[in-house]
Amino acid sequence: MEQTHESRAFGTENHSHTVGYGTYIMVWLGLVALTAITVTVAGMHLGSLTLLAALTIACIKTSLVAYYFMHVKFDNMVIKVFIAVCLLIFLTFWILTFSDLSFR
Amino acid sequence: MTDTLAAHEGSYLEYEGRHKGILGWVLSTDHKRIGLLYLSAIMVFFFVAMTLGVMMRLEMLTPGETIMKPQTYNSIFTLHGVIMVFLFIIPAIPAVFGNFIMPIQIGAKDVAFPRLNLFSWYLYMTGATLAIISLFTGGGAADTGWTFYVPYSIRSAQNVSFTTLAAFVLGFSTIVTGLNFIVTIHRMRAPGMTWFRMPLFAWGLYATSWIQVLATPVIGITLFLIILERLLGVGVFDPALGGDPILYQHMFWIYSHPAVYIMILPAMGVVSEILPTFARKDIFGYKQIAISSLGIALIGYLVWGHHMFVSGMSDTARIVFSLLTFLVAIPTGVKIFNWVATLYKGSIKFSAPLYYVLAFIFIFSIGGLTGLVLGALATDIHVTDTYFVVAHFHYVMFGGMGIMFFATMHFWFPKMFGKMYNEKIAVIACTIIIVGFNILYFPMFIMGYMGMPRRYYDYLPHLQGWHILSTVGSWILVAGIVFMFGNLLYALLKGPKAARNPWGGTTLEWRVSSPPTVENFDEIPVVTGGPYVHDKPTYIMQPSKELVHENGDKLKGETLKAH
Repeated sequence: MEQTHESRAFGTENHSHTVGYGTYIMVWLGLVALTAITVTVAGMHLGSLTLLAALTIACIKTSLVAYYFMHVKFDNMVIKVFIAVCLLIFLTFWILTFSDLSFR
Repeated sequence: MTDTLAAHEGSYLEYEGRHKGILGWVLSTDHKRIGLLYLSAIMVFFFVAMTLGVMMRLEMLTPGETIMKPQTYNSIFTLHGVIMVFLFIIPAIPAVFGNFIMPIQIGAKDVAFPRLNLFSWYLYMTGATLAIISLFTGGGAADTGWTFYVPYSIRSAQNVSFTTLAAFVLGFSTIVTGLNFIVTIHRMRAPGMTWFRMPLFAWGLYATSWIQVLATPVIGITLFLIILERLLGVGVFDPALGGDPILYQHMFWIYSHPAVYIMILPAMGVVSEILPTFARKDIFGYKQIAISSLGIALIGYLVWGHHMFVSGMSDTARIVFSLLTFLVAIPTGVKIFNWVATLYKGSIKFSAPLYYVLAFIFIFSIGGLTGLVLGALATDIHVTDTYFVVAHFHYVMFGGMGIMFFATMHFWFPKMFGKMYNEKIAVIACTIIIVGFNILYFPMFIMGYMGMPRRYYDYLPHLQGWHILSTVGSWILVAGIVFMFGNLLYALLKGPKAARNPWGGTTLEWRVSSPPTVENFDEIPVVTGGPYVHDKPTYIMQPSKELVHENGDKLKGETLKAH
């Protein structure tokens, strides 16, 4: 509950949240590490799992970018809900498209 | 100050603001004028596409060449589809009547972003201009069909890039309008107008707008990929470069199937306006109709694969998409049954708009039920890419959205222009249209079942009788349409003045003058009840004079006290 109040204050009133450079650097290092993992996994010949692994890592990276660099973390709830709805729809597109691709 | 006074007194048609004459229209941010800008442009494109359709039917009058060469025929059916779908069916009801009527219905003075609204019209006109330019440049008009399927759309020597670019730009117009409507409906409803007091036309537009915003970007990027394939050979859809041609069909239909609901949901919204008005009765199952619009929008997202049953898609996907397709019938059935139940024991007044709506329910039901034949895997294989499909989607699109566009014109014409048309002629025109429509399209079901493929220039002689019948139907239909528009045009020029509420409607647009003033309302009204209550007023038009609390929640008690 407290967190909701806090995020509302951040999102709608004064945008007073401050994120230290340390956090940004940590997130950046995380992204670099995940990129390295993507490249490594691509070379491991995991068959159909390769695509799944690459997509999972890409999702994590996207979330990190959206959450920290695009400040979704500090936005109010309605923005988060809208993003979640869009992601859900996107995920549905993927699952249904893969019901074709994976079973051909 | 003078402007402000004029805004309250004169109609939006007479108003002269900063700009006069034509500039007063093309630079106007008034939602009503923008609605009419769309109407004028859309009517031009409708008549162009209709003429192309008639030419196609003329060509099919006899086997072999009748009036044109095969290449011309290919371009004409492509243009007929592209113009009808992207320039008429998708924008017609939302952009014209959504713009004009919806803000008034919810008690607002305009949409949330008036300038963005005008910008979307310019985007529409830019897209339309690009489409026209594509006819005369490059290798000539595109010949791929409106679906632009790869690999042919990548290999075709015609000017496919330009036509897809036009559709790409038109997509932006749709997105912007959708976004504008969502914000308007969320933020600008009059005090007391809760979600479930909102007219069902606004509900239809709301569901449509979400599809526009969420699905249109997919077609934008897909068509852009076609351009990239043609110009740079990126290989997304080319198996030789690791691409997948069926991926194109997935991406195209991820948008284009929900687009079917973009086309039909606003039309269904108008049905829900017209029926309670002419049945003199509250709509049956208001909440169910409202929520079924969202249900159709939601399930409509998940059924695109039924366009691809014979494209080489996996069996699993075919079964999943077939099952999901059948689910759409549920919310659609909810609507149809509620509409019919609204008429039950109503005090029905037969007027032109109601005739169109009754025709819509009949024709759309045929279109919907033949859709189930196509949604079932076994029967679909037999009739895929035949005239059966052509007949089905014309029953759904033209019989659904097209007929409802005519109904909407007749319903809101007195409000928009302050003039009344000859109702007897309108009903005769409606009858001619319905007869012509069925003679034109019903033989296509039979021809499709007999194996006549769609988009073919030639056919076997034993099908000629059906083709002749269908072509004669096109002449009757066109005669009816010309008769109908002639009647409206005459009314516009010389018709008698229309009353404020000629049909006895109960929603807010019938409480303002015909035509409305520039700002619609002198005061933002306060809403005290549902939209289709006939026996008592559910709006307070001048709340400042009636001591009404501005908060809709506390309104009821306060109003009673005040009275």
